[in-house]
This record gives sequence, structure tokens and C-alpha cells, in this order.
Amino acid sequence: MVYEAVIGLEIHVELLTRSKMFCGCSTAFGDKPNTNTCPVCLGFPGTLPVLNRQAVALAVKAALALQGKVQEKSIFARKNYFYPDLPKAYQISQHDRPLSRGGFLEINFPEGRRRVHLERIHLEEEAGKLIHAGDSILEADYSFVDYNRAGIPLMEIVTLPDLHSGEEARLFLEELRLLLLYVGVSDCKMEEGSLRCDANISLRPAGSSELGVKTEVKNMNSFRAVEQALESEARRQEEILSAGGRVIPATCHWEGEERRTVPVREKGASADYRYFTEPDLPPLMLEASLVEQLRATLPELPAQRRERLQEEYGLEASEALMISSTPPLANFFEEAAKHYRDYRHLFHWIQGDLVYQLRETGTSLETVSPELLIELLELLDKGEINRPVAKELLTAVLKKGASPKKLVASKNLGRISGRETLEPLVAQVLDENPEAIESFLQGRKKALAFLVGKVMALTRGRADPQEVSQLLRDKIK
Amino acid sequence: MELFEMTAAGLSRLLQTEEISAVEVVESFLGRIEKVDPYVKAFITVSAEQALQTAAAVDRQRAGGEKLHPLAGVPVAVKDNICTKGVRTTCASRALENFIPPYEATVIAALHRLGLPVLGKTNLDEFAAGASTETSAFFITRNPWDRERVPGGSSGGSAVAVSTGMAPLALGSDTGGSIRQPAAFCGLTGLRPTYGRVSRYGMVPLASSLDQVGPLAMDATDCALLQGAIAGYDLLDSTSLPDEVPDYGAQLEKPVSGLRLGIIAEQQGEGFDPEINSAVTRAVRVLKENGVIVDEISLPHQRYALSAYRSLVSAEFSSSLGRFDGVRYGLSQPGENINRMFSQSRGLSFGPAVKGRILLGTYILSAAQYEKYYLPAGRARTLIARDYSEAFQRFDLLVGAVTATPAFKIGAKRGDPHQMALADLCLVGNALAGVPSISVPFGAAGGLPVGVQFTAPPLREDILLRVAYFLEQHRESGTIRPRLSFLEEGGGE
Repeated sequence: MVYEAVIGLEIHVELLTRSKMFCGCSTAFGDKPNTNTCPVCLGFPGTLPVLNRQAVALAVKAALALQGKVQEKSIFARKNYFYPDLPKAYQISQHDRPLSRGGFLEINFPEGRRRVHLERIHLEEEAGKLIHAGDSILEADYSFVDYNRAGIPLMEIVTLPDLHSGEEARLFLEELRLLLLYVGVSDCKMEEGSLRCDANISLRPAGSSELGVKTEVKNMNSFRAVEQALESEARRQEEILSAGGRVIPATCHWEGEERRTVPVREKGASADYRYFTEPDLPPLMLEASLVEQLRATLPELPAQRRERLQEEYGLEASEALMISSTPPLANFFEEAAKHYRDYRHLFHWIQGDLVYQLRETGTSLETVSPELLIELLELLDKGEINRPVAKELLTAVLKKGASPKKLVASKNLGRISGRETLEPLVAQVLDENPEAIESFLQGRKKALAFLVGKVMALTRGRADPQEVSQLLRDKIK
Repeated sequence: MELFEMTAAGLSRLLQTEEISAVEVVESFLGRIEKVDPYVKAFITVSAEQALQTAAAVDRQRAGGEKLHPLAGVPVAVKDNICTKGVRTTCASRALENFIPPYEATVIAALHRLGLPVLGKTNLDEFAAGASTETSAFFITRNPWDRERVPGGSSGGSAVAVSTGMAPLALGSDTGGSIRQPAAFCGLTGLRPTYGRVSRYGMVPLASSLDQVGPLAMDATDCALLQGAIAGYDLLDSTSLPDEVPDYGAQLEKPVSGLRLGIIAEQQGEGFDPEINSAVTRAVRVLKENGVIVDEISLPHQRYALSAYRSLVSAEFSSSLGRFDGVRYGLSQPGENINRMFSQSRGLSFGPAVKGRILLGTYILSAAQYEKYYLPAGRARTLIARDYSEAFQRFDLLVGAVTATPAFKIGAKRGDPHQMALADLCLVGNALAGVPSISVPFGAAGGLPVGVQFTAPPLREDILLRVAYFLEQHRESGTIRPRLSFLEEGGGE
């Protein structure tokens, strides 16, 4: 039988606020343990939460960008359970009255464009972090608790089971991450845990509309891991079903090194979180006018930008997709395009040489001014330098931040051309390489390229290889 | 007259004219505590040093000509579930036996700002979960009117401190009667403010949706003074109300004539001690004779109040006490794994009354029972609140008993939470509705004080205090201080 995977995702996103969800402590990552704490986020008795309005604003913006219906009234609830990293023994979350309901994100899947629908978006707070003294939680004699993370604002996005493969899940997450980056809601760093994803997956006979028994997959710390874990879990379930077995509802851990999912906890006796309304916080009321105000602050979203990049600059869909995935690069492109009309030429330089050289030289894009690139392209367009020199120049520009024009002047990089300049050099190369001439006359094209290279070397790359080639041919004949 | 026999208002006058110093006042009360407390056991911690420091600072400021709050230098006893920075705050529980908060409750910060020395921390039922102060993990507090009887609770220690002159003023907390019932049992004026009128920040919760901090005092004037000092909006308490705080003291002498008073059918009459009924009747008669318009009113959903109250309080309580897990503060007991550590720590932390409530609350909130108990309790609360708001369309205030009986014998109701709850009949409906109520001492039953309760619309504490003040002028018996004959007999602990 052919099975179809049905996948829903729960994505936790740390919101980009300066202070925590319910107190004034800093949200900075990587500080000395237990320095960003206070009686409130440590859950001392008698302390009370005060809602961070900036966290609400960011979550509302995310919800609007995802076409969710922001609720006029949402309610905070206590999710009760005991764990050392949970200071109050309850997490303040939202339960049956979330901040936003519905919404969707349109994705370009390999099979075509499709909407992935959302169930809800709600606000909650982070727990602290356990650090076990030992190799694993089971072997540790004791554990440390760092509460710096406790109380950092979190937004949870829950999708409907609208995804059907690990690849689709990855593509969705990539697009979601990009959208959240555009809106400025989160820095979405999976390696720092500011974006985390759990998945629910079940299998059903292809074509069926019923849902099978699902498992929850956790411990995936990259988009790639999500893709692999879901593919792996789908295979595991398929093997069970094909053998006539039944999938047991469970929480599965993705073991990256072993490349497999391992059921760790049966879901049968599922935890009872004893949800109830958080009595320390009044209902969160969001007037339509405030929501509209926030909507007005939404920036252009990735999909809109891609469309515009195609329309305004004549980029291909794939090019628009590529450059829009790195917002600073797309911004750089658009800034440069204000003063440089050959958009496609510009695009290729930015997406190609610039990106490559930034990586090679370890330069940050922020330190590069679009004017410098334009200056360089203009030198190239006017024929004052050739393409190899232009590339070399780009490296120098990135390293020194100096103007290409000045670099050309000071390093004498101007193009060398004209018979009278080049002929002595051509003659010198021919004198020194008689066997290459022989070889060329016997029909070996490579020999000519060898001679061109020699002349170019003498000009330190400043001549036009075409012109040199022509001169060489003329001389040999 | 000794300083410790004076009211806060009286002390305030002498302090402002500099006839006495704040240090003298504090010393007088500290001396009184030393003498009396062994017999009644109202204090868990006496913070003599801090109180004297505050008093000395007040004296310096006054000598320097600074304009001070009228209560500057008038000391206060504080229920030990209100956090005091640097002073042990136990909640009368083993869980917090050695807990010294690194933060200040907002009401305590207000006292410090205004220059009121804090004499010490008073006994209560463990985590305020009780109505007799018998479930304190440390000791019981005795009613100074009859030491065989309870002082009421959970703010029993605060009530006894004021009643015996160990403090002129005290802060209590009232979730479902914990200020008003001990006030009635000890002959004090005790005010439960409107929910949100006084900040809860730093008060260890019994049930967040019902808790209120409020004053206990010898009379309405003192009650008004302390209420004025602690009321107001607090950024740290999201449930606190932004409304301006009126000058309660300035309105005490306003005439009561023209006020419309509703006698609550369900809160007196059958099932109540005849002398308590008589006290209510006489109080109403005096008011009527002075121009108050009186009629009867029924609050039909009162019959659900106790069940709803118990469900909601237990639920919230079970959740709020989860944090006592031995990880960050308080009693901590090692275990071979984390769950053993939790259960060992919690097992040793709490007494049976608290454990019972945690079990009940955990059960009520469980997914299987939630719709059977928690949800209906919430609905009942809405209906009860509606009863009150409809009643206040017709009336400016409502009257009934505070309790069905005067103070009962120590041990009489122990282990019988149901009977204990019946005693709360008049105390929980108004708490669920979030409206303010006051217990006014009026009359006696078998030599024990008796209270009459008035309830007003939200934020109308001024009406309650005005009526309390009026009744004081028409009180039949002269003194409401107990005669502490035991001091002559000896036998204090």
C-alpha cells in the first residue's frame, strides 16, 4: 500500500524584546548564568507578572503577516507541571483563548504553490535551562539550573496538518523564518534556540481523508534535522504499518547521529496540565484600532518583495527568490539599483562575486557601500578595467573599504591596450616560447591560451585577453 | 493612659505636635508585646530593630521640619504572608520557615515611604488557608477575650495584636473573610477593600482572584487612615485599579441619612446566633432612626457561594503552591531523583490542611473534573456578582452578619472543614463579587464581641467607613478592649 504522511508543526519563536515577558530582566543570550533574573522570573512567592506590551505587539504583527485573525480578547492560562527549570511550577501560556486564530502561509512546493494553514498563534513564557553534571540526564549526579531564559517571551505557532513530507516541512519552516525575519519579530536562530520546532506526524493510505495514529517528534535542532527526522519517522511508521502493526502514540526523539527517531515516552497517559485562567493577569484586550495601527507598521513581506523584484528589475522568479532570502543583500541590491540601470548585471555581480568575496574576505555586508560597487561596475562598463581586474579590485575594495577609482590609480591597474603598448610584450613572449608557437601551428588551441596567459601575466592582468589573442594570431601568421 | 492604649489617630496627633517621639511609641508597643504576647502568641517574628530604625528616622525628619504623613511614626503589625524585605516571611509554614524575601510587598513599601514602623509579623493559618489561626505550623494564637477560643483567621495574629494593644494598626489579608471574621471575633473594625484597590504584589497568594490586603484597627477612623496609606494603583499588580484614592478620613462624619440600606435575607436570621441577629437588628434600627432608608433584599445565588468559593480557591491555591518545590528557596530535601526531591520537600513543607486543599484543587483542575467543578464555580461566581450589582441598583449598601456565631472554642471545628466553611457563609459571596465589605464591632454574645457586616458597591469603601464611624458613636457598651485578666494570673508561654 502507498502511504501519505500527514504532518503538523508547532513552532516556538522567541520574540525580539529587550526585557522578559512578565518582568524587566534582560533577554540577552549567553550571559553568565542566573544574572538576568529577579524575584518575578524566579517565581518567588507573592510576586506578580506584568505583561510586556512589546511582546504582544510583535506577536500581533506576526499574526497579521500570517493572515491570522487577531482576537479582540485573549486570555492567559496557567499550564501546571513540576520541573526544576519551571520556577512557578506553571507556565503562563494561552490555552482556549489564543491571541490569533487561523491564518496561512503560501509556499512554493516542488509540486506547485499551496497554502499551509495555521490553527493558532499564542503567547507564552520560556522555561529556564538545565545543565546536567554528567554525560546525560540519566547519568548526572546533579544538574544546574540557569534561569536567564526563564520568562523570555515566546510565541507558539501551530499549523494544521497540511504538510506531507519532511521536505515540505523544511520549505515551510524556511519561508516562515524568512517572514518572521522580515517582520522583525525574532532573530530565528535555531542554534541559539530562538526558533524551535516540534512535529506531529501520522501516516494514512494515499487518497484517504482519515487521520492515522500520530507521533510527536522532538529534538530537531535545524531545518535539515526536521526534514531528515520526519522522513525517518515516516519510514519507521510505514514499516510498522506495512508489517500489519499499529503505530503507538508516542513522543519520539530525533537522534541526529544515528539518523533515526526513537520513541521515548508513550503518550497514553498524557500529561494533565490542569489549565485554568491565570488570575494574576486580566484578559488581553486588543482593540481593532490598535491592531490596525500595528498592521500599518508591517514591512513588505518576502512574497511581495519577490513579486516586486521581478516587476521592477526584471529578475527571474528564481533570482528574486534567491536574493530575497537574504534581506540585507536584497536591500543592498535595491539601494545600488537606484544609481545603476543594468539591473541584471548588478544582480549577477551581487549574488555572484560579491557574495563570494564577502565570504572569502570575511567581510560583513553592512560595511560595504553600494556606491563602491557601482563605481567599480562603471569602470568596467567604460572599459577602463577588464573583468579579471574588476574581480581583483572587488577583493581590495572589501578588504580596505577604499574607492575603486583610487585603487586603480594608485596600483596602476588601468587597462593596457593598443598595438604600440602590447606589441613589444607579444614579441617578448613569442621569443621566449618557440615550442608553443610550433605546437599552435600544429593545431593545438591550448597553446594559444598558454601564450595569452603569458602576455596577461606581463601586464599583471590589465590587458584585454581578446585583444592579446588577436595580436598573437597576427604575429604568428 | 499608656501609649499602647491609644488609637492610631490619637498617637498621630501627639506625634505631630511632637509631644511624643516615634521611638517612644515603638518602644511602648514593643514593651507591650513582650508582656502580652506570651499569653496569646500573635507574633511569629518581632522586628524590633527595624521598627526602631524607622521610628528614629521619622523623629529626625520631623525634627528637621519635614512635612510627614499623619501616620508617620505610628507602628503597624503585618500578617506574615506579606513579604517584608530583609525580615523573615513565613506564611506560618515550614516551607518558608527561614525565608527572608529579597523584595518588598508594595503595601510594605508604602508603609516605609510614609514612615510607619513595622513591629513584626503576625501569625495566621498556614498560607492563610483557614479561619481560626489553628493551622499555623508554629503555634496557635489565642483570643484575648477568652483564651480557650480562637481569634478567628486567617488574620488571627493581626487581630489579636491590635485587640490587646500590641499594635495600634495591623495589615491582614482577606480571601474569603480572613480580615472580617477575626475582626468580628476580637471586637475590631476590619475592612476588606474592593478587589484591586490595594496592591497584591508581595502578598503570598491564597487565591489570586480573591485576595485583598486590608486594615484591621480599633475603630473606623484608624481603619480609614491605614486604608488611605495602602490603597492605590500599582504597576506591579496588573489587577490593581487605576482609580484615585479618596481621602477616607475626611468623609467619616458625613451624615448617613438618605443612604439606602438593604438587609440581606440570606445573611442573618435562621441559623444565626440570636445575639448576632439582635446586633444586626439593633444596628439597622439606629441607622433607620437617623434617616437611613431600609428594605429587605435577597441575593438568590448566595447558596452557591460556598461551593464556588471552595472550588475556585482550592484550584488557584494548588497551582500557586507548586513553586514550593525545594529548588530555589524554602525547605528543600534531597531525593534520589527529581520527583523524589519534589515530593520529599513538599511533603515536609506543608501541614495537613494545606495538603488537603492542594489535593482538592489538583483534583478539581484535572481534565476529567474541570467541567464538573471549576467551570460551574466560575459561572456561579458570575451569577453571584450579578446579584450584588443588581442589589446596588436599589441600595447604597447592604447589611448582614459577619459570622453565624461568636468565636468558637479552640479545636471545636478542627478536622471539620465543612463546618468551618459554614462559618464563612456571609464572607465569601461579597469576596467572589469583588465588592468591599467591613466588619463593625456592635454588641456582644455571651461576653464575646460580635460584628455586623456592611457591603458596598465597588470602590465605595468611603460609605462603609462612614457607617462604621456612625455606629461607633451609637455603640451601647463602652469598651471594645478585652480585659486581660490572664496577665495578673500568669501562665504565659
